[in-house]
This record gives sequence, structure tokens and C-alpha cells, in this order.
Amino acid sequence: MPEHRLKPLAPLGQATPQSVTIGPVTIAENTGVALASLATRRGRGPDVDRAAATLTLTLPAPGHASENAMWLAPDQWMIEAPYATREDIVAYLKPAFGDAASITEQTDAWVRFDLSGPDLPAMLEILCNLDTRAMRPGHATRTVIEHLGCYVTCTAAGFTILGPRSSAKALHHALITAAKSVY
Amino acid sequence: MTQSNRLSGGQIDRTKTLTFTFDGTAFQGHPGDTLASALLANNVRLMGRSFKYHRPRGVLAAGSEEPNAIVELRTGARTEPNTRATTAELFDGLAARSQNRWPSLKFDAMAINDHLSPFFAAGFYYKTFMWPKSFWEKIYEPIIRRAAGLGSLSKQDDPDAYDKGFLHCDLLIIGAGPAGLAAAVTAARTGARVILADEDFRMGGRLNAETHTVGGQSGADWAAQTVSDLAQMPNVRLLPRTTILGALDHGIYSAVERVSDHLPQPLAGKPRQILWRIYSRRAILTAGAIERPITFENNDRPGIMLAGAMRAYANRWAVTLGQRVAIFTNNDDGLRTASDLLAKGVDVVAVIDPRHGLPLLPGIRHLQGAQVIGTAGRLGLSSITVRTAKGTETLQVSALGVSGGWNPNLAISSHHRGRPVWNDTIAAFTPGPDGPAGLTFGGAANGHFSTHAALTTGAAAANEAILALGYTPAAPDLPIAEDAPTAITPLWYVQHGRGRAWIDQQNDVTVKDIKLSHQEGFRSVEHLKRYTTLGMATDQGKTSNVLGLAVMAELTSQPIPETGTTIYRPPYTPVAIAALAGRSTARDFRPTRLTPSHQWAAEQGAVFVEVGMWLRTQWLPRSGETTWRQSVDREVLQTRKSVGICDVTTLGKIDIQGTDAGAFLDRVYANTFSTLGVGKVRYGLMLREDGIVMDDGTTARMGQNEYVMTTTTANAVTVFRHLEYCRQCLWPDMDVQLISTTEAWAQYSVAGPNARNLLAKIVDQDIGNEAFPYMACAEITVCGGLRARLFRISFSGELAYEIAVPTRYGDAMIRELVAVGAEFGAVVYGTEALGVMRVEKGHVAGNELNGQSTALHMGLGKMVSRKKDAIGVVLSAREGLADAHGYRLVGVRPVDPGNTLTAGSHFVSTGKEPVAANDGGWITSVVYSPHLGHAIALGYLKDGGTRLGERLRAVNLLAGTETEIEIVSPHFVDPEGERLRA
Repeated sequence: MPEHRLKPLAPLGQATPQSVTIGPVTIAENTGVALASLATRRGRGPDVDRAAATLTLTLPAPGHASENAMWLAPDQWMIEAPYATREDIVAYLKPAFGDAASITEQTDAWVRFDLSGPDLPAMLEILCNLDTRAMRPGHATRTVIEHLGCYVTCTAAGFTILGPRSSAKALHHALITAAKSVY
Repeated sequence: MTQSNRLSGGQIDRTKTLTFTFDGTAFQGHPGDTLASALLANNVRLMGRSFKYHRPRGVLAAGSEEPNAIVELRTGARTEPNTRATTAELFDGLAARSQNRWPSLKFDAMAINDHLSPFFAAGFYYKTFMWPKSFWEKIYEPIIRRAAGLGSLSKQDDPDAYDKGFLHCDLLIIGAGPAGLAAAVTAARTGARVILADEDFRMGGRLNAETHTVGGQSGADWAAQTVSDLAQMPNVRLLPRTTILGALDHGIYSAVERVSDHLPQPLAGKPRQILWRIYSRRAILTAGAIERPITFENNDRPGIMLAGAMRAYANRWAVTLGQRVAIFTNNDDGLRTASDLLAKGVDVVAVIDPRHGLPLLPGIRHLQGAQVIGTAGRLGLSSITVRTAKGTETLQVSALGVSGGWNPNLAISSHHRGRPVWNDTIAAFTPGPDGPAGLTFGGAANGHFSTHAALTTGAAAANEAILALGYTPAAPDLPIAEDAPTAITPLWYVQHGRGRAWIDQQNDVTVKDIKLSHQEGFRSVEHLKRYTTLGMATDQGKTSNVLGLAVMAELTSQPIPETGTTIYRPPYTPVAIAALAGRSTARDFRPTRLTPSHQWAAEQGAVFVEVGMWLRTQWLPRSGETTWRQSVDREVLQTRKSVGICDVTTLGKIDIQGTDAGAFLDRVYANTFSTLGVGKVRYGLMLREDGIVMDDGTTARMGQNEYVMTTTTANAVTVFRHLEYCRQCLWPDMDVQLISTTEAWAQYSVAGPNARNLLAKIVDQDIGNEAFPYMACAEITVCGGLRARLFRISFSGELAYEIAVPTRYGDAMIRELVAVGAEFGAVVYGTEALGVMRVEKGHVAGNELNGQSTALHMGLGKMVSRKKDAIGVVLSAREGLADAHGYRLVGVRPVDPGNTLTAGSHFVSTGKEPVAANDGGWITSVVYSPHLGHAIALGYLKDGGTRLGERLRAVNLLAGTETEIEIVSPHFVDPEGERLRA
């Protein structure tokens, strides 16, 4: 990462990401993941597949997420990479994909909350209309939480929520309120 | 003596005693009691006054169908009016009050209405309060509402929280009586996901109210055992205290769960109620049946109750309504009440049965061919008059159980206009075939009244549903239960006497009212309902609709099915408005969006303004400034004099890529973008299909096939949606990809003569006028290597840039800009100063982009390219819109610089009346220009382009202002644009 004199803030407004535990559930802000959207240009599917393979990216089917990508829309995915090493994620992806895909940095467009603990659907079912009890690790989809468009991914460790960064505090408040209501 | 009417047995916990009050008097009850059962145990029969005539009323039913015992619960901010005593779960300290009486329940002055009843017949309001028309809203309605009141509101904020939630299942079962439990067990065994909901706090339905055995144990014990078995199954969700409110579309049902209503107040952080939206693949209605009364003269006295309810109070709650009881029934089910009460040691004085030739009940005076023709007792029943073949007889009783048969509880089945179907065998309506898709029926809700039939039809409905869902049904293992046939001879009302015979006790509708409705020609059931208000109270006529219908059928000499039926609406029972709002109240009404500089601005004491969901800095007061104008004037003057900084992150940013990106922009913008050079920015105007301007903003070409569009803050989502529509639906063959990047970048405008000098201190590259001219854009780095974007664009009319950094550095960037700007006296300005400067420069914004104006109106007609086609271009040339003498954007200044201007004022020529015919246009935006030292404005003036220098009046009839004004160029500052390019 280049040296410069500016200090970043996490979406909740602190220098470091915040973590809250309510009963059995932990809601942890996570700033360690760089994001970019990747959209296949017209007729370039095979090129995108080849390029993805060279970077060991797995581009999942609708409603799913892999260890480094989430399906967003037809021929469009959100690519994830470790922020510590891939801060300039577009610069990392562009050489492999060239003009076969449209790539847009999305890292700071989102706040990411990792939810862990038992029976997370009990809290998620008063937040969104997803059938989270039927979701298994690798399932991911878009939904509305607290009036905000969010992505919910089921992971081995729990659930991950991507929400709009400018509303990070409002979303966090909603998550905490739901957890207190349920646990 | 306390609880003098308490019997032995029952499903109450006698080891604990609960104390509660009713109208200030303390009573005792037990866990498991409802407010109604506990009051009855204490021999309190009078619980309310009727809606219209203030008649003394007691409990009619034992469930949510109760029309009479409507009370106010709790105190202070938690006061809740209009709740049913029959469903209110007793807790220690519960305070309940009767309502609709003054000064007291026993002496209600408003009962004068009862003596004036000849004047209050059906249609009374329509006939009486017609004249004068203006009196209705201000005089008649408030008086009527006070007299015909229900409860009153506390007018305090609700201190409790409410949640909303979403549940998913294969099979939703509505009602946990024998049919519902059998259905749940049958479906759950296959592995299907089952939700079983019941409005009661104790599942089991009528099994808890009857003495029947099920599988060798008591019905209540079998129900408890079955519920406990179901609770162990991970694929089953039990929802007691949960009312299914309605059938919505596509298998979705709404429900309200009363999480905390049985507690004095919710536990900390917990909701009082949850409004659930239940997504089901199939649903079964097993909501049982509701008993209906037989109507006779003065059949509404406290002490007269439905026979099935009387039995439920005796068996479930161990309560008798009185010590001397009679039963009036036209069906065998009513006879059970007599037997059960007798077994409990209650004195059953007589059973009055209109039927003939039946076996006589053992040990009871069973009068056949008999009817109840009248009652006595002012505040509670003291005697009944019975007519038999031998004559009339008066019996001294304190309670009368009445049964006219049972109506399947089919409300939910009619929510999609499903029309009930008449069934002669049970003399009642059953659910019709055209109700909500995927909803089937079992048990009494479908007219199967025996316990055996409830169990088998419930299980069969479950098997049918799960088979349809792809599960393998198993043969249900059902317990043995009674299977008595339904034996009923319809009797709707007893024709005797001149007094009133009540049908709808909640809305005070009598047999006479129905006769009047018939006599006046309102014979269709829909007219009957509206003319008499039958079934229009909060109980939706659960105990009265069929009765009213039957009376009308008799009057019209038609069978009941030909007379028609009314259907029910959601919600099944009343819902607290707060439950519909959920957590979206007060500060949490909607989420807020915070800008990257918010934290810094808050530290500076900034004043914020809501812009959609965003909170933006409106201005930043400095010490000594006492009015907003001082702050705003300073921000404007200092920006124009040296340099100002403004957070413009809220403007929408849309990343547009693809080999057709340029061509795509040519089609969505009225002007051309495909010719824009890489590294350049252009102002664009976007039209709606109808030629009206939709939005404006700048679009930068960052690469050969890469553009970044900006939109106004207000239209960020609208424009993105529009572009997606164009891409996906209009031109799916174009190679264009879109994604919003509004939140990804923190963007600041740096404007003023020293803008470049300031930025040169943080930008790592050369941004001199030659290297980075007006309308340039580039990827740069700042502060020693942070990736950033720079755009040389201006909204203020000054030399200006917009600089963007990844949002996590937005806070650091505002602090950096302020720090390095100190030597130039840099100010941070808010939306007010932004507005002042854009008006000074003559830039259009929301007030001018009003959904009525074209590019031509805005003075931007030349931007609409005729060399290509784009959305809106053709229709923008319509005759009316392209009128050469139509509205044009003009500048306005007061002739006397000391005068202010009012936005919304209309232009009227000197000497003309300020009427619509003389309207020349209007002022859209007004600001005080500290630069010019007087108010200035923008406006749309007819033929405005040719009227520079003209003097007019700006008249605002609403504000009562009138100012002489001069029409000037809308460009008040630097009309040649020299500053921008400096």
C-alpha cells in the first residue's frame, strides 16, 4: 500500500472497526475486504471465465457466493480480495480481464458486518424477508434491511451483511435493536 | 365473598392468586384466567355500555368474537381502549375500566339514548343530520362521536416497541384446535416446515372448553401433549397468542403476535407485539366455528351468553355465569352446556328447546316446543319468560345460555372475495371455492363439527397439502374421539312482543332495524349492512351477520343463499396502529445517510439539513454570528474572494462502462458525449420521454470506454433506475454496464480564486491551467500517494475543482483541506451558500427542474442536439413546449435594492390585476446576494428572453407581498465565465 499521510476511518466513524456482542451474537464491522464489481462485456463470457481462472476467482451462480465472489446480477459479480494486500483492487483485476469486463471499485461504497453466534435467523427474520433458516453457506442475495438495499451472505461462520456505507450507523442501530429484541 | 362463581377443576393455576382492578374495585383471579373469566368468577356480569343506546351489557362470548365486553386496559401512556375482556390475559396488577359510560357503569347518564330510541332507528344519521350541510363536520359529528364513543386515547407517546418480521413455511395452519393440531402433527411428521398459529394463549381450541375425551384422555390433556410434542420438532414453529389478520397475495399471510401483552410491561428491549408476514406455500384454515345467538326481546341483558361460551367458562375457567341457569337451544350442542353445568353442580333450572319429540335430558327440566319470549333485570338478568304449548311461564334465573347453531369461522377464506356457500345440514355458510389460492379447510371451519371429524378432516387437509408440495404423506395416527352428528332445527328469532330484539350487539342493530331497511328498499345484503351498520363494528359481525341475513331472508321470503352473504376484510381482529409501524417511528422513522465530512462538521457545530435521507451541512456558524445570514454571507464572500470547500459527496455518481458507453450516453442525454475526449468533462442534460428536463449533471470520460456520470442529489436513484431501464429494456443489445459509486468516493468541491493554490499543496501532480484546464478530469494521487480523482468543474462560477478520495479517507481529506487552506483563509460552506452562488451564477437546480420545464425554458435549448436522436428530443419540440414566446429563465432584482423578494411570487405587469389571466410567470428561487448587496432571484417569465430591463410587479397573494422588480440576465456574476477558466 502506498505511503501517504491520511488516516482512514471505518464506516462507523472510528479509527478501527467496532464489534458488539449482544447475548450469544457478535456483530463485527469488517474493513478488511476490498470489493470491485465485475461485469462481463457483451459476448466476452469465455474471456471472463478464462481470466477468472487465472486469478482463481470462482464466479458463482445466481443466489450464491464463493470464497471470493458474489453474484449481483446477470453477468455481474462482486469480487472480494484482502484489503491489506489488494487495496487497489481494480489494478489487481484489470490486467487479467483487460477489456473483457467492466470493473468498478466498490470497496468504500459498503459497510460490512459479520454476524456470528447461534440461531442468527432469529434476529435476521425481524430484519429482512429472506428465508435465512433455509440459507446454507454459499448462499447470498440482495434484500432490504431498515429500508436499505443490502446483500446478505450465509457463511460457515454465520452471516455477512453488506449495506450502504453512508447509512452504516443506521444499519448498525437496526442490527443491535433486532439482537436485543430477540436474544 | 371473592370468586363466588368459581367452580371446581378448570385450566387455571389456583396455587397463585392475581389481583386486578375493574373500574377501581380490586378483584382476584388466577393465572390462566382472562379478564372476562376472572370478572365472572367474581360475579361481575355488567362490563360495558352499548355503542348507541348505552344499554347495560355483559359478556356474550368467550373469544375474540366478543361484541360487548369491550374495555380499556392499563393506565397512563400504556392505556389501550377497545380491547376484549374475553381475550385479555389476566396478570397481577392489571387495571381495567369500562368505557362509553358517564359518570359510572351502573349509572350512565347517556342511557337517555335508550329512551329516545324511536328517534335513533337505522338511517337516523342520514335523515337527521342532512341540514345544514356545514353543520356535519363541526357540530353534529363531534357530538355523535362523543355520545357513541368507544374508548379514549391517552394522547401520550406509546412507550413500547413493536417489531416486524418475516417467516417462511411449507404449510401454515391457522387455528390450533383439534383439526389444526391433527393437521400439524400429520404434516410435521413428513419433514415439511410447519407454522401453527393460534390467537389464544393456550392452544387446543374447543378441546380446552369441552369434557370430551380424546384417545382416552381429556381433550385438554391430549391437546397439551400434542402441543408439547410439536414444540420438540425443529421443523415446527408454534405461534400462540398470534392472530392471522389476513390472506394477502401469493400465499402470504399477515399476523400479529402479542409477545408481551400478558405482562405488566414488555421486558427491557423486547417488543410488545410483532407483526409477522408469513410466506407459505400452502395454508389450512382450521379456525373452528363461532356460535350464534337466537334473537328474542331484550336478549342483550348481562347474564345472557352463548351456550358454548358458558360451557367454556365452566370447563376451562371453572366459572359459572350464575347460580341458577337456563339454556335456550335449537341444537344438540346447546344441550351439552346443560349437562356440563349440571355435572359441575350448577342449578340448571330448565332447558328451553324449540324442537319437538327429542329424548329428554336426564335430570333436567327439558321443555320442548318452547321459546324464550322475554327477559327482565335492569343491570343483569333476573328472570326469563318462556312460552310453551301450555302457556307462558316466568323462571327466576341469573344466567341464560343461548345457542342458535354454529357458523364456521371462515373470515380468512373470504379475504380474496371468496363467497361462502350455504350448507343446509348445519344451517350455516361454509368456505367457498374461490377464496385465496392455496388455502384449504379442515374441521369446524369447514362445517365438520364433531371432534372425530375435526381430527380426520384436519389430517386429510394436511396430507393433501403436503402431497401437493412434494412430500410423502403418512397415514395419520389419530386418537379416538366423539362423532356426534349436527342436529339442528333453524330458529333465528322469536316473534313476540314489541320490544327490541338485538342482532348486532356491538352496533346496536335490532330486528326492527332490519325490517325498516327492508321496508325502505335496502334489501341487498350490501345495502342492509350499510343502512343498518349491521356487522360494521370492530367485531365485523362475527356473531350477528348470519342472523341479520336470516331475518332479511325471511322478510323477503327468499332462502338464505339467495339473499346473499357479506364477506370479511382483514384484519381479522383490530390491530394496534403501532404494530403496523414497527420500529419505524420518531428518530428511527427512516435511516439517515451521513456524509464523509459529517463527523468533522458536527465537531464544528454545523447546522445540518435533511436532503432526502442525507444530512448535509447547511451552514457552519462561527462564534459571534447570531443569524444564519451572517454565516452564509461570510461563506459566500470568502469563497468568491479566496477559496471555499464544500462536501458534494451526495451527488449521485454512476460508473458507466462498455464499448457502447458513449453511444448510450448520446441516447440518454440531449447533448452529445461520444465526441468528448478522454480526460474531459461535459455538462449534460437528461430529458424525460415527454421532453421535460429530468436531471442535469456532469459526466467525465475517464477512459476510452469508461465514464462517470454525476446526478443531482435528489435524483441519484431515479436516474440510475432510468439508465438501468434503458439498458435492460430499451437497448438490450448495447454493450453497457452500470453501477452506482455514490458512496465509494468522498467528493469535495474546492472553489474560488485560490482553489488551485490550495489543491497544489496536496495534489502530487501538476494541476496548472495548461496541464489541467477547465473541464479536465484525471486519476491523480494526493498527500503522497493516495489514489484520488480530480475534476475541474464549477457550480459556483469560480475557478473550481472537485476532488474525490476513497470514502474512508473523506474525514482525513476535509481536515487536510481545512488545514492547508488556513493560509488562504479557506472556509467550508454549506448548502445555503452553495444555493446563493448557483443563483448568482444562474445555474438551474431543483426549483427550476420542476418537472414542467424544458431545456428551452431554462435557456439551454441549444444543448438539445438535433444531429442525433435521444430520449425526449422529439417531444421537446412540441408546439406548446417550443413556443417562441413561452417561458424563459430570467434573472430578477428588486428595483429598490432594500426590498426583499418572495419565492413563488407571480409576475404581473404594472397596472394589471393580479389574476390568472395576467399571470406572466413566477419566481423560482430567491437568495440574498452578499456579492451584490441585495436580493436576487431566478424565475420563468413568458417571452422572458426579449424582456431584459422591463419592470414588473412580483405579487404573492399567499404571502401578501408585492415588489417592483426588474428583469435582468440570470447570470449575476461573471457572465462571460472568465473566472472558471482562470
